Amino acid sequence: MRDESLLTVKGLNGWYGESHVLHGIDFEVRRGEVVTLLGRNGAGKTSTLLGVMGILPRREGSVRYDGVETIGLQPRQIARAGIAICPEERGIFSSLNVEENLMLPPRIAEGGLSLERIFELFPNLKERRRSQGTKLSGGEQQMLAIARILRTGAQLLLLDEPTEGLAPVIVQQIGRTISALKKEGFTIVLVEQNFRFAASVADRHYVVEQGKVIDMIPNADLAANNEKLQAYLGV
Amino acid sequence: MFELLGIPPQVLLGQLLLGLINGSFYAVLSLGLAVIFGLLNIINFAHGALYMAAAFVAWMLLEYLGIGYWPALILAPLIVGAFGVLLERTMLSRLYHLDHLYGLLLTFGLALIIQGLFRNYYGISGLPYQIPEALSGGRNLGFMFLPNYRAWVVVASVLVCFGTWFMIEKTRLGAYLRAATENPVLVGAFGINVPLMIMLTYGFGVALAGFAGVLAAPIYSVNPNMGADLIIVVFAVVVIGGMGSIMGAILTGYMLGLVEGLTRVFYPEGSAVVIFVIMAIVLLIKPEGLFGRTA
Ligand SMILES: Nc1ncnc2c1ncn2[C@@H]1O[C@H](COP(=O)(O)OP(=O)(O)OP(=O)(O)O)[C@@H](O)[C@H]1O
Ligand SMILES: [Mg+2]
Repeated sequence: MRDESLLTVKGLNGWYGESHVLHGIDFEVRRGEVVTLLGRNGAGKTSTLLGVMGILPRREGSVRYDGVETIGLQPRQIARAGIAICPEERGIFSSLNVEENLMLPPRIAEGGLSLERIFELFPNLKERRRSQGTKLSGGEQQMLAIARILRTGAQLLLLDEPTEGLAPVIVQQIGRTISALKKEGFTIVLVEQNFRFAASVADRHYVVEQGKVIDMIPNADLAANNEKLQAYLGV
Repeated sequence: MFELLGIPPQVLLGQLLLGLINGSFYAVLSLGLAVIFGLLNIINFAHGALYMAAAFVAWMLLEYLGIGYWPALILAPLIVGAFGVLLERTMLSRLYHLDHLYGLLLTFGLALIIQGLFRNYYGISGLPYQIPEALSGGRNLGFMFLPNYRAWVVVASVLVCFGTWFMIEKTRLGAYLRAATENPVLVGAFGINVPLMIMLTYGFGVALAGFAGVLAAPIYSVNPNMGADLIIVVFAVVVIGGMGSIMGAILTGYMLGLVEGLTRVFYPEGSAVVIFVIMAIVLLIKPEGLFGRTA
């Protein structure tokens, strides 16, 4: 069922108070795919993820997940439908230790990874189980933020710039992890600035500009579209 | 026996015990305030009125239904806690997006209304509430006489404070609570029902005040002003301890009770203001409070 669309976003508009930041976002993600949202700073990538998760202050349009319209749902209901987010600022809780952070998101369905498997993917976390969450290094915090949404049984993972500010070795480790997660059957929407990284893990790329999706490039066609993409991203 | 600075030990220990009893009430009440403030960001000025209401509920349970102290110790906090849940659902929940000040003003108004109602129906002379049979009398410790009920107040408050601390700091439910205090939006996005948690937390904080109210009923006479007098001191305790910390609220409560007791021995004239003097000093030197986190 490779072609089945798990997430379909149509005409998504979003606001922070008075400021209108998403102007009709359209994209879809098929089951088992890794899709990136690329775009300049302030293009609306984070806002798109928040819109899908339902935590944008105000949103309109259509966000269908697994055939169900979620635009009228609360974030907690959307989470229970099977979507989980790893936010841009990581969201590690300082009053919780590593294990408590890891165990915080409740199980919403069968099929999440076991703790053993998670510690296999992220051995550092196991050693530091009792440390305060925010005492971890930036890379470890990022791993923790990813790790904690793998247990829950959520099928669609929204990862917002997981490589931001991390050393190349850690970026590679996160890349391997994302590939491993794809093999485990997770569907992933990845926001990335690190273009080489995006190319190494994704199936397709959506380009976001000024609150709209302006192009879609399959990973296989990336080389052919290199110039166009450079122009989009202004690199 | 020895004397300390010319003070007979009976007097010293007696006042320390009294201080510890007051400290027990300070601890349970400031703990409730800290729990509520942590998650709701609301300074619950109605705390004293709800404490008083629970003492009245205990009195009414006995007077009208013949339900005694022990069941009342559970029932009155539940009843007052349920009333708190009602307040949260119908009023407080509309204020969360506004400044602290609005919550404070609303709960201050509620406190005045609740006190006014009780004053209207029961006057201000105070109603007696008997010490339960099992805890009447006392024991002679050799150096002083220890009334059983007062010992019970200290023990019960320590148990409740420790239990609450344990629940918040060491359990799964407490982890939800701590996380929601830091970032309610993200906790909601993990599928946790944060509004429900907020409602129950307010109910729980109020129930703590209610528990203190029932404990207080046999010691102080049950009267509509009992909360108003106490809550001002408790707010000073909270300021001294700092809003952020559960353990801080508990320890500061007991500590200041003892300090007050000691002051009553060595400088009785100062005992009514010592807590406020400490508050002023703490505000000057460490405005976030002794256990508070720097903002
Ligand atoms: N909390 C907020 N309040 C008001 N405006 C916001 C808020 N967050 C983002 N914006 C605005 O919304 C627009 C989109 O921002 P968004 O964070 O989605 O961009 P982004 O593509 O994720 O950028 P970056 O690559 O820098 O993370 C920007 O113009 C930004 O200024
Ligand atoms: Mg962003």
